[in-house]
Amino acid sequence: MQPFVIHKGRAATIMLNNIDTDIIIPKQYLKRIERTGFGEFLFDEWRYNDDRTLNPNFELNKQSNNDVSILITGENFGCGSSREHAPWALTDYGFKVIIAGSFADIFYNNAFKNGLLPIRLDKKSRDELSLLSKNAELTVDLENEKVIVGSQEFSFSVEKPLKNKLLLGLDDISLTLKHEDKILAYEAAAK
Amino acid sequence: MSKTLLDKLWEQHVISGEVGEEQLLYIDLHLLHEVTSPQAFEGLRFSNRKVRRPENTFATMDHNVPTKNPEVIEDEIAEKQLSALRNNCQEFGVHLEDITSYNQGIIHVIGPELGLTLPGKTIVCGDSHTSTHGAFGALAFGIGTSEVEHVLATQTLWQRKPKTIGIRLEGKLQPGVYSKDVILHILAKYGVSFGTGHVIEFFGSTVTNFTMDERMTLCNMAIEGGAKAGLVAPDNVTFEYLKDKVTGDFDAAVEKWSRLYTDDISLYDQLLEVNVNEVAPHFTWGTNPSMGISIDDKLPEITDENDRRAFEYMGLNPLMSPDEIKIDNVFIGSCTNSRISDLLIAAEVVKGRKVNENVTAIVVPGSKEVQREALKLGLDKVFTEAGFEWREPGCSMCLAMNPDKVASGKRCASTSNRNFEGRQGKGARTHLVSPAMAAIAAVYGHFVDVRKELSNATICNS
Ligand code: SF4
Repeated sequence: MQPFVIHKGRAATIMLNNIDTDIIIPKQYLKRIERTGFGEFLFDEWRYNDDRTLNPNFELNKQSNNDVSILITGENFGCGSSREHAPWALTDYGFKVIIAGSFADIFYNNAFKNGLLPIRLDKKSRDELSLLSKNAELTVDLENEKVIVGSQEFSFSVEKPLKNKLLLGLDDISLTLKHEDKILAYEAAAK
Repeated sequence: MSKTLLDKLWEQHVISGEVGEEQLLYIDLHLLHEVTSPQAFEGLRFSNRKVRRPENTFATMDHNVPTKNPEVIEDEIAEKQLSALRNNCQEFGVHLEDITSYNQGIIHVIGPELGLTLPGKTIVCGDSHTSTHGAFGALAFGIGTSEVEHVLATQTLWQRKPKTIGIRLEGKLQPGVYSKDVILHILAKYGVSFGTGHVIEFFGSTVTNFTMDERMTLCNMAIEGGAKAGLVAPDNVTFEYLKDKVTGDFDAAVEKWSRLYTDDISLYDQLLEVNVNEVAPHFTWGTNPSMGISIDDKLPEITDENDRRAFEYMGLNPLMSPDEIKIDNVFIGSCTNSRISDLLIAAEVVKGRKVNENVTAIVVPGSKEVQREALKLGLDKVFTEAGFEWREPGCSMCLAMNPDKVASGKRCASTSNRNFEGRQGKGARTHLVSPAMAAIAAVYGHFVDVRKELSNATICNS
């Protein structure tokens, strides 16, 4: 996994509460055999008309939002099923950061496993950020737990172990591989 | 210090971590099938990792495989999953028993058959019925796709040690009653979650007298009681089964394996006792494996909302008697009951009889090896002459992922392990039974007591 230290990027806002994993990625796309390639189907029902043309009214389809990597949204983002396909779809689309009022538990953990940073901010901050982000790039500084835009700063907090994993770009497997000497010793003894 | 079998297996595999917390366990054998592995391999590729121990990793195709003309796969998604496994195994150097390979079969049938499943091993697979392999005194359990990737990359897993339940089985089964009935009886008595957070060790005189096939049926369904794994301590029956399957110094292996038992049964966190003398043939009437009754009983009364929903889904009424339940399909197969001994039992029951005109019945051997043995014994003829269809190995009608499905509203007597809503197809109604009960239901078109149908001269349940 790529380390996440500082991310600079543009943000889009979908200020709705309870965006569930079915909306993020509908179940008819779960039969894929890859972990990648889900981005095309992100927010599928909102993003496309019935004839698969783009719905011009959907936020992400607007010209101004064609290179966003940060999503500002409402409460309880990612509720519903446990599918890891939800963070897979968001990262595959290009998102690196989700700023919400709160997150569903499983989604929150799944996000970290996939290098996606979920940030909790209150409504007032999110509204301000949303306005400011219309014309400016945001800087997300994980080390110092700040979102910066122009001269404004918004502080957030992230659980230590999860933060460290992201900062160092460690996934569970990399962490286990830090025990490589012990695994090797075990294998040698078992022979 | 005295220890349980689980203690011994656990301690032999801990690499790191404190007692009472998550500990890093070494995994000796990793089994793969086509459904739960593609994203795990994709993950490896994405992070530029290898399979750490391809020699300890083994794959086959079972869930999606059509059992009629297995070479022709019409379902595009199934075909994609199968060829993904083929490509992944090739790329990462993992041994694969492909659809047409000599040893193909249901992963939990061929692991033991090929001598991969051995006492004292830790065995995982992205599949909950991995508990089957516990019959050999191996610590075997199912894992999710992220964990599959973790094991592929590191040959280890972080785990918290489960507690133990000892189930002592004493007594002798009546003719016509089998280990399937015993496990259905246990589930009916203790429910589908009594084993949560535990490993169940089966022991006692009944288990000692069980064959490996019978022990596998027990452990296979330990997961239906919510347990992480099932266990039986290895003994002479185990060693006899393995004698011709392992290479190397067998005596030394046996000496090591012989130490794998629970020193003192007071060490179990819980102890349950079951007298099997009185266990009758069982069948499930509802929508989870604990909703089962003895063939001597009538269907239960409705006691709660779960019962009400189950009756409604199953299209049955309280207090019906078993012979009022009309059967449309019979499925003899699955990792619970598709071994040669299961087919022998079913064949004895149907020999010289005919499948009822209202019933569609199929027999699906668990592996190519079981199929070859059955052909040698002429079992395929016994079945086809009676009106069964004789199929190629695979998971088949156990789950609705390949062409073998039960139609909506139809009722199936099945030797598999799960009777959840929709498990055998949308709206399908599943009754879990032993191979003997399934076979006799095929003949009558409804449930009957198989004990009354056996000529004692030919049948004994060894
Ligand atoms: S036979 Fe059924 S339970 Fe066994 S592995 Fe196949 S699908 Fe799973």
